[in-house]
Amino acid sequence: MSKVIGCDVGGTFTDLILLDEAVGQVSIAKVPTTPDNQAVGVMAAIAQVGADCAELSLLLHGTTTTTNALLEKKIAQCGLITTAGFRDVLELGRRTRPNSYGLIGSFEPLISREYRLEVPERMDADGNVVTALDEDAVRRAALELVEMGCESLVIHFLHAYANNSHEVRATEIAAQVWPNSHITYGSAILAEFREYERGVAAAVNAAIQPVLARYLDRLRHELSQAGYDRDLLVMQGNGGTISSAMVAERAVNTVMSGPASGVMAAAYTGARCGFENIISYDMGGTSSDVGLIQGGIPATSSELQLEYGMPIHVPMVDVHTIGAGGGSIAFINDAGMLQVGPRSAGAEPGPICYGRGGTEPTITDANLVLGRLNPDALLAVDNPVSLEQLRQRLVAVIGEPLGLDAEGAAAAILQIGNDRMAGAIRMVGLSRGHDPRDFALFAFGGAGPLHATALAAELAIPQVLIPAKPGITNAIGCAVADVRHDYVNTLNQPLADVDMDLVHGIMAEQIALGRAVIAAEGVDVEELVLLHAAEMQFQGQSHMLRIPLESADIGRAEIQAVFDEAYFNRFDLHLPEIGTVLVTLHTAVIGRRREVALAALMDPGLRGADLAAAERGRRQVWFPGGWQDTPIMARDALPIGARFMGPAVLEQLDTTIIIEPGNEVEVDQAGNLLVQVPAAFRE
Amino acid sequence: MSQSKAAKIDHVTLAVLQNGLNQVCNEMDLAFQRAAFSPVIAEAMDRSDGIYHRDDGALIAQGELGLPIFVGTMQFSTRTVIAQAKDLVPGDIYIVNDPYLGGTHLMDVRMAMPFYYQGEIFCWLSNTGHWRDTGGAVPGGFSATATEVEQEGLRLPPVKLYKGGVVDEEIQAIVLSNIRVANETIGDIKAQAAALRVGERRLTALLDRYGRDVVEAAIDEMRARAALQMRACIAHIPDGQYNGVSWVDSDGVVDEPLKIVLEIEKRDGDLYFDLSKSSPPCKGPMNSVIATTCSAVYLAMKHIFPEVPINAGTFEPLHITDPVGTFLYAEYPRPVSGCAAEVSQRIAEAVFAALVSALPDRLFAAPAGTSGNFALGGIDQRHDKPYVMYLFTGGGYGGSLHGDGLSNGCSTIGISTMQPVEVLEQRYPILFQEFALREGSGGAGQQRGGFGVSYAIQLRQGWGRASFVMDHGRFGPQGVLGGADGAVNKVRIERAGDTYIPLHLSKDQDIEVAEGDVIYVSTPGGGGYGEARLRDAKLIKRDVQRGYYSVAQVEKLWGENIPPDPTEG
Repeated sequence: MSKVIGCDVGGTFTDLILLDEAVGQVSIAKVPTTPDNQAVGVMAAIAQVGADCAELSLLLHGTTTTTNALLEKKIAQCGLITTAGFRDVLELGRRTRPNSYGLIGSFEPLISREYRLEVPERMDADGNVVTALDEDAVRRAALELVEMGCESLVIHFLHAYANNSHEVRATEIAAQVWPNSHITYGSAILAEFREYERGVAAAVNAAIQPVLARYLDRLRHELSQAGYDRDLLVMQGNGGTISSAMVAERAVNTVMSGPASGVMAAAYTGARCGFENIISYDMGGTSSDVGLIQGGIPATSSELQLEYGMPIHVPMVDVHTIGAGGGSIAFINDAGMLQVGPRSAGAEPGPICYGRGGTEPTITDANLVLGRLNPDALLAVDNPVSLEQLRQRLVAVIGEPLGLDAEGAAAAILQIGNDRMAGAIRMVGLSRGHDPRDFALFAFGGAGPLHATALAAELAIPQVLIPAKPGITNAIGCAVADVRHDYVNTLNQPLADVDMDLVHGIMAEQIALGRAVIAAEGVDVEELVLLHAAEMQFQGQSHMLRIPLESADIGRAEIQAVFDEAYFNRFDLHLPEIGTVLVTLHTAVIGRRREVALAALMDPGLRGADLAAAERGRRQVWFPGGWQDTPIMARDALPIGARFMGPAVLEQLDTTIIIEPGNEVEVDQAGNLLVQVPAAFRE
Repeated sequence: MSQSKAAKIDHVTLAVLQNGLNQVCNEMDLAFQRAAFSPVIAEAMDRSDGIYHRDDGALIAQGELGLPIFVGTMQFSTRTVIAQAKDLVPGDIYIVNDPYLGGTHLMDVRMAMPFYYQGEIFCWLSNTGHWRDTGGAVPGGFSATATEVEQEGLRLPPVKLYKGGVVDEEIQAIVLSNIRVANETIGDIKAQAAALRVGERRLTALLDRYGRDVVEAAIDEMRARAALQMRACIAHIPDGQYNGVSWVDSDGVVDEPLKIVLEIEKRDGDLYFDLSKSSPPCKGPMNSVIATTCSAVYLAMKHIFPEVPINAGTFEPLHITDPVGTFLYAEYPRPVSGCAAEVSQRIAEAVFAALVSALPDRLFAAPAGTSGNFALGGIDQRHDKPYVMYLFTGGGYGGSLHGDGLSNGCSTIGISTMQPVEVLEQRYPILFQEFALREGSGGAGQQRGGFGVSYAIQLRQGWGRASFVMDHGRFGPQGVLGGADGAVNKVRIERAGDTYIPLHLSKDQDIEVAEGDVIYVSTPGGGGYGEARLRDAKLIKRDVQRGYYSVAQVEKLWGENIPPDPTEG
């Protein structure tokens, strides 16, 4: 029996969960994130649960170090050595602009132009050498970049996905003069065509590699000082973990790992509640993250974009961030229409009710005025704003122009905010031909459970699943995460002509690579799981459709059949006239870790004998039908197996859960809430 | 529109339905784009989907992901279809590409479908997609030297391609036997019709939920409010007259520049656009049909006020006098293939130039403003198959109060991405020798223009024919408020030891090239904003360090403002 820690560093809080399997006990910590050195917060969280590091068998860690470094541009100085004639690829991008309308806006590449040098070399699209590599030029360029003070080096050559020999040789040469190990070559990160996307992936990797390495060194040092002598596993954007000893080489894989761990927790929890198809919904202060899980497997994508001009085309859990959160600002536009978001009050000044100087009404303020959030709890935080002041502000900004009182204004904000969020979820999750009735909505994050039942009704999703500890879902995602490595190779050949031995050979090699890495990591895994996929298209198309492949020795006809069916489901089209192209092959090698019991997440000591024992009072709460006298219950005190009807407000330390009238709640054996939600309309 | 109906709509329902109708269009846009074969639709997103009024085709809602130039055109073409439609039954879909009936150029093929709700036509759903080819003298349709529309391709009046949901094989056969790459175009036809059916399903669900009367009332109210919002934006412009001028290099046939003269009057809260002093109709394909001329004005206003939603109300305060007798009011059989891609951008440039003094914080210097269309056709000896490659490149955007212009931005009328060099080299027998930022091309100013692109393409084997439909070869994108113009577009071909430069600089057709020849293109930089002497010296130094400009260029462009040696310290 073992003690396992999952620890997730978020923007505001560092969350930690300690699973002591010997005694079936769970401890939880939540401490402020320490942005300058996240290790301080991690150690504080370990101290808070009172864990003895020497007794831990495994620590799994999700860090926002790399994502933040990229968004805040606190990155290492990188140099680029690239094919002659192409040093501006990273700056020119794919000829776009930040917004469809409006011709104002700017873009700064990760590597500024003076740090981008060219060397004579050239491959063609078939991988034939057109111009031999000028090895002296590589040496000179590397030395020049060292002299300019570069810490990290990118080597990115045209068509290296087809033939990487020049990149590999240039890397060897540069390594002779480079003062550290921070050299990334493009095809090692992404063996796919498209020079901008591959180059950005390599540049991202190089820009954050030293930052991640430094951080992990500090954390490992702190941990070993405290007596921890096992491996540290780091969460990746693909939803799996990797040994901290190896992760720096693939630093790009840790980008967006935070949202991925939330989706993994959703899949894990959902599977144990009998839900295979889930939409995960994590609502925070400024934005919300939406993920799609089908058949128990989170959807992955190789086409995510961190921000404008920063595509990250390594395989990742397909999480869509939508610009709506508790801090989304409501305003009246020039047409006299009420709008909510996408502008956000963020954490500073935050909603009006935080009392930090915010003057613009937000979704959180609306929830407070409507009694959906507890006024006593929120207004007491650190401020002098009274509920009356808040109501006056709502009337002045929103109510008067629309002829509404404070409650009317708040209700309008809530409904329009919910409509925007539902619309965004529909676009990312349901518009691709999925039937909402096949799904459950998994709500977490500080504000997810506050809106989930209303959103589900709006989307005709019949069930909402609210986990035991919605506020630490990402840490749970780390604790339960498997080890995972993804491999992608480009084929780009007509399916009818492609050499199937080549197809099978590529997948066999991908499997072998993954097996070898997992063996080298030495993590205790119970079994290896292999997921194969292909990206395909009809001949002449630009867009690809990703389809799952059942096995690594799948036949040509089966691939064709899977693609045809998937294409029909997505687009309602049969195109027998046109041939198909097998563009890429993808293998995920997953090392399954032992099952982690989540029932212990709820403290039985807090559980009430019956529902009445869980009730903490009543207050007036607004619902679409009007105000209702509503019971306020302590979520931790709900008895296992209890069933009850809404309306109700369930409060717990890390979130507030709204149960709308007509919803039916069941508390399952692990303490999760299953809420049956009638649709707001007939489908 | 009836006030009494509008009054029944509450604020929440109105906002919800506005979002809901937009989403119907967005889903159509996505379905069309993702399933399309034409790279112009799939990659360049050269398509648009919308919902139109059943009586007059007035725009109700249009996808936010659609190509900007279509903001205004589709209501004109839908109106034409409605006027000519007869014997309608559910499942009918009209196809039309006649430019003179509310269109752009022949390649923009529109489909329009009556949408039935509870047995009655509630509205029309329409979309436009840029097909890869519609026949005519040159593959792709952009003939730089056409003098009649018949040379530009197959022209379809509104005809029912689908009757009661079933494709009319005979009409489809006529279409397919008059165009190139017919087999892939079948995929585009199906994708385009399927997108309309996606809209049909979503709109039915919306109506089921909210009811016909409520949705109708919301539509009326949204139109009124869009007009209100546009007028609130226009209110920032003081009453008076504003003039803008822009130039098209030539019409591709007669080597003379075409002038666009725009006079805008602001009075009584509305804007009046007069283009009647522009050049007369031209011989070559740079004539603009009225739908495109109007749409270019609407598009320019949307670029200035991006927050205004698009529906018929948005256009109510914008009054455009028909510029009869000019090249901006093309009539049959004037050739028009350049109107959507090039002339429309010059019209937008004139709008920007006219209004920049009134809205100096909103506006910007002129963007590169050309689609940079380069086509290369030949036989690929690797598989002995003919090919046609299109390359659309970007250029620099203009500086603004908010900063320097963007480099390699897409055309004013587009939102498209460029195909990667690696994809182009896979598909065609070419080798890029260079794809680079065009140094020195951004116009000087307090905020300089963004940079264009320089590329060089070598033909690796066989022979080919190169065609160009570009612009700004004679006149650089305008600088404003004291800023300098951006660099002009340049085309050059090195053929077996001699240099060929097109007579019309930016437009030419069927230039023969052979193995080893190299085509050089440099796209325009953006115009500068404000006087160069006001530029922050630190930024000038940075630009030299990055190699954006040489020391000599900086000295010439920024004069006394620069520090003694910008490369030092």
